[in-house]
Parts: sequence; structure tokens; C-alpha cells
Amino acid sequence: MAPADPPLDRPSLRRRLERSKYLYLLFTGPFLFYVLFEYAPMFGVLIAFKEIKVFRGLIPMLTAPNVGFKYFEQYLADPYFWQLVRNTVLIRVLGLAIGFPAPIILALMLNEVRSDPFKRTIQSITYMPHFISLVVICGMIVNFVATDGVVNNFLAFLGFERTPFLVKPEWFRPIYIASDVWQDVGWGSIIYLAALTNIDPQIYEAAAIDGAGRWRRLRHVTWPGILPTVVILFILALGRIMEVGYQKIILLYTGATYETADVINTFVYRRGLIESDFAYATAVGLFTSVIGFAFVIAANRISRAVGETSLW
Amino acid sequence: MVGIARAATHGDRVFGLVNGLLLVALAFITLYPLYYVAIVSISHGYAVVRGEVGWWPVQVNLESYRAVLEAPYVLISYRNTIWYTVVGTIVNVALSAFCAYPLAMKFFYGRRFFTAFIVATMFFKGGLIPTYLVVRSLGLLDSMWSLVLPTAIVTYYMIIMRTFFQNIPEELHDSAYLDGANDIQIFFRIALPISTPIIATMTLFYAVQHWNSFFPALIYLSDRAKYPIQLVLRSMVIEGDVANMQVEFQDDERIVDTTVKYAIIMVSTVPILLLYPFLQRYFVKGIMIGSLKG
Repeated sequence: MAPADPPLDRPSLRRRLERSKYLYLLFTGPFLFYVLFEYAPMFGVLIAFKEIKVFRGLIPMLTAPNVGFKYFEQYLADPYFWQLVRNTVLIRVLGLAIGFPAPIILALMLNEVRSDPFKRTIQSITYMPHFISLVVICGMIVNFVATDGVVNNFLAFLGFERTPFLVKPEWFRPIYIASDVWQDVGWGSIIYLAALTNIDPQIYEAAAIDGAGRWRRLRHVTWPGILPTVVILFILALGRIMEVGYQKIILLYTGATYETADVINTFVYRRGLIESDFAYATAVGLFTSVIGFAFVIAANRISRAVGETSLW
Repeated sequence: MVGIARAATHGDRVFGLVNGLLLVALAFITLYPLYYVAIVSISHGYAVVRGEVGWWPVQVNLESYRAVLEAPYVLISYRNTIWYTVVGTIVNVALSAFCAYPLAMKFFYGRRFFTAFIVATMFFKGGLIPTYLVVRSLGLLDSMWSLVLPTAIVTYYMIIMRTFFQNIPEELHDSAYLDGANDIQIFFRIALPISTPIIATMTLFYAVQHWNSFFPALIYLSDRAKYPIQLVLRSMVIEGDVANMQVEFQDDERIVDTTVKYAIIMVSTVPILLLYPFLQRYFVKGIMIGSLKG
């Protein structure tokens, strides 16, 4: 064997390409998918800096004259900008305030159940709404809270006045958040239940022998057991602060409730796809993603730091 | 846990009882809206409007279901949704597997580069408008493929699959390779058959997503004949566009309206509910695999 030959454990580039050729064949489709539907839109973001009047295909649009940060300046100067930010952050923060603890509480409650069939039944029931489509959920909301719907029938029965909830801006957030919790509280509890199964039953035994009642076992054994999971998930949720479920809002809001319901992404949708103001809407979207990305990075950093220290 | 049960005090028993009652209440709150939809859909419109339907269906009849089935676009959209779900899921599972398998093979040249290339897309997104413009530039607007191709791979699911493929013992590949099989043959004859659990999980993940999805259809389709059921549902149930259904009702239209809305909700949701026992099992498993990774 000639000394120039590469060592056996490092075959030549040619050999390695040759060895992988069938895998490349498999990989072609997925590769094209990522190029076309992930990377092309990433470059498409550049139209946020272009002078664009009408749709002309992506490549002509990308070679249109530059306008620099014109749309960004317009957006930041628009008084409506602050309202959008406010609505986005409020619906998310209020949503977290209720939607974050809810599955934890449910998991803790399920953990206290001693009868397995009962526990499994409750789990099966509470996971179910997760699989129901957004359109169905919103359809139920719209019809339930309509003036002749079941909610108003009940209120009228109690002697209250019938209220057209979905055209009242002050009711939008409560309805949005409550239905979110209703749909996903069970599903969200799964991850905490998984964390709870990792707690050593002997610790419970020991605590019980020491005379700790259920409350004290909950506080001193169970809670510390899931705290790391809680912290990590909370930080990750903070990282998604700009990600509001705008598809649901599009289904639920009306002109009458924009005041509280219109968030950045619904605005992008209307401005871009209904009014075809592509460049401006892309600029707003890009601006939001940049802020959102900063949050995600910060959250990941913090979770890594906390993750290391919480391994005690 | 026996030890704990023995040590139960009076306070503990009260705690257990209250806890159990609260959970039953939660189960009730979860089920009742769904139950209500079901009983309204088979009740008489007048009874519903008069607020008589609360616990039991009143004057049971299937008129509303007849109206739903006769309404224009309902059956077409149902057929479309089945097409989107079947074709979409096949494309999803196939492309995800074609992507995950090479990335799981240690000898795949460029493996690290392609992994980074793909993982980067989880952090950087073009966003709504640029994605729309790409779909439009490709001439996919108003094509049924616009609901299939732009979402052909969910990277997160693909990575779960890759993790699964990575755990297949290498000797299995190696011996087949030495027997003269090429990697595509190995993929189809060896890797896929022993990966049925993950394939089943992914099929359910993707299928539910297709069945429930409405937003891509909303932005990419304008031809009503291509609408999925969710979009027809939206115009009938949320926008209250029942008048467009052009159904000749024997009763007063407005009164039948309500029960028809609930009936179409049932019709669009029943397949999901029938699949639910499987969904629950596989999805919980999927969440666990995902959380182990993360």
C-alpha cells in the first residue's frame, strides 16, 4: 500500500461521497423542501427594505429599489404601533398568569389521587379538547356566548341582562384566555405528571412516617420535585412572549374588538394579505421576529444557567 | 404507598375528598360543552331557541344532519379534507423519514452540515408574508398542493424520528450492506419495518394537524370547491353564513340554523373523537420522547 493512501479509518472524500450516494437520493426531496419553503422565505424577508407596489414574483420583488428602513420608521411612528404591542404583551402575560399555573395545579391534584382508574379517566377527559380544531372551539365560543346562546340563556335565567360578549372589547381577553385554558390545561399537565413520576416514593414513605400530612408532603416533597421542570418551562414560555395564537384571534375578533384583540400578527395578516401591502407587513413581521428572537435567546441562556444550578 | 394509606388521618381524608370533587367538576366543565353540542344537534330547533335544551335532547330528530349533508360544499369540503389528510400525511411521513434517516446515519457525508442547515430553520423563520409570497411565486396559489407542500416537514417531528432511527443497532445495517443491499433498500426493508411505532405516531401527529388546519387554506385558497371542511365550518358556524347554504328548510330558517351549526361541528369532529383512544396513547408517548430530547 502506497504511503500516500489515507488511513483506513478515514476513507477518501470520493469514497465517502460514493458510500453516501443513495442517502443523498433519499435526502433530495427534504433538501428541496427546506430550500424552497424555509430558506427562500428567509431571504424573502428582504422585501421589507424594498419599494414594492404590486406583486411581481419574489425575484423581481427582491431586486426592486431599496428604501432602507422607511417602513420600520413608519411603523414605529404610528400611534397604533403601541396599541398593538400593548395588546400582544397583555394577552400573552395575562394568558401566562392563568394558563401557566393551571396545568401545574392539575398535575398536583392528579398526583394526589389514589385510585388509578379514576385518575386515568380524568386524564382521558381533560386531554381530549387538545385535539379539537381551533375552528370548532371558536365556533362553540361564538355560539355559546351569542345573545341567544347557552351562556346568555343561563344568565337571563339568573336574572342578568343578556350581553353580546364578543363585541365587547373588555370581554375579549377573558374569553380568549379562558377557552385556551379549557382546551389545554389537561394536555399541559402531562409534562408535570412525567416529572412527578420521577420522585422517589421512598421519600414520601419517609415523610409519612415522620408524621407529615398530605399538605406538608405536597409542600416539602412534591413541589421541590417538580420545581426544576416548572422553572425551565416558565423561562421557555417567557421566551415566546411575542407568539400569540393569532389564528385563534383571527377567528374570534371583529372590528368592534380590535381595541383589545388586535395583536401584531393579526395586523400583519390584514395589512399583508388582505390589503396586499407586502413590504410594510413584512417589515412589521421582521421587527417582531427580531424582538421575539432576542427573548428566545435570553430565555435559552437563562434556562441553561438555571438548568446547571438546579441540578443540586 | 400502602404505608401512606395506613397513616391517613381525618384531615387527609377530607383533602382527598375535596380534591376528588374538584377533579370531577373539572371533568364536567370539560365534557359539558361537547355534550351540549351533541344534544343540540339532535334536538328540535324551536326547543333550542326557547332554551329548553340543557341536559337532554328535546324532540330528537336528524333533520339538522340532513340539512348539513345537503348543504352545498359540505360534502365536497369533507372529501377535500380527506384528500388533504391522506395525501398530506403520506407526503409528511415520507419526507420526514427521508430526511431523518440520512441524518441518523453516521457515515452520511455532510451530516453535521445538513443537521445545522435544518435546525437553523427552527430559529429563523421567514414569517407569514414572505412564505405566502414564495408559495405564490411558485404558482401554488389556489392549488390543492399549497396545503401539502409548504408544510411537508415539521422539523421538530423529523428530529424525533431521527432520534428513533439513531437507536437502530448499526449491525443491522452493516450486515445488510455486506449482503449487497444499497441504503435505499436497507431503509425500506429494514429500517422502516422495525420503526412502525414511530411511523404510527408521526402519522397520527400529521393527520390530526391536517384534519384540523384552516389557516393555510384561508390564505392560499380562493376556490370554494377546494376548501377543506374547517373553512366551510368557519363560514357557517363562526361567520353565521348559513344563509349561503341555500337549503330549503321546512321550518323557519333561523330556528333550524342553530341546530345545523351544531350538527356540522359534530360531523367535522367525530373522526377525531373516534381516533381519540389511539391519539391519546401515541401523543403522550410522543410528548415523552420530545421532552427527553429537549
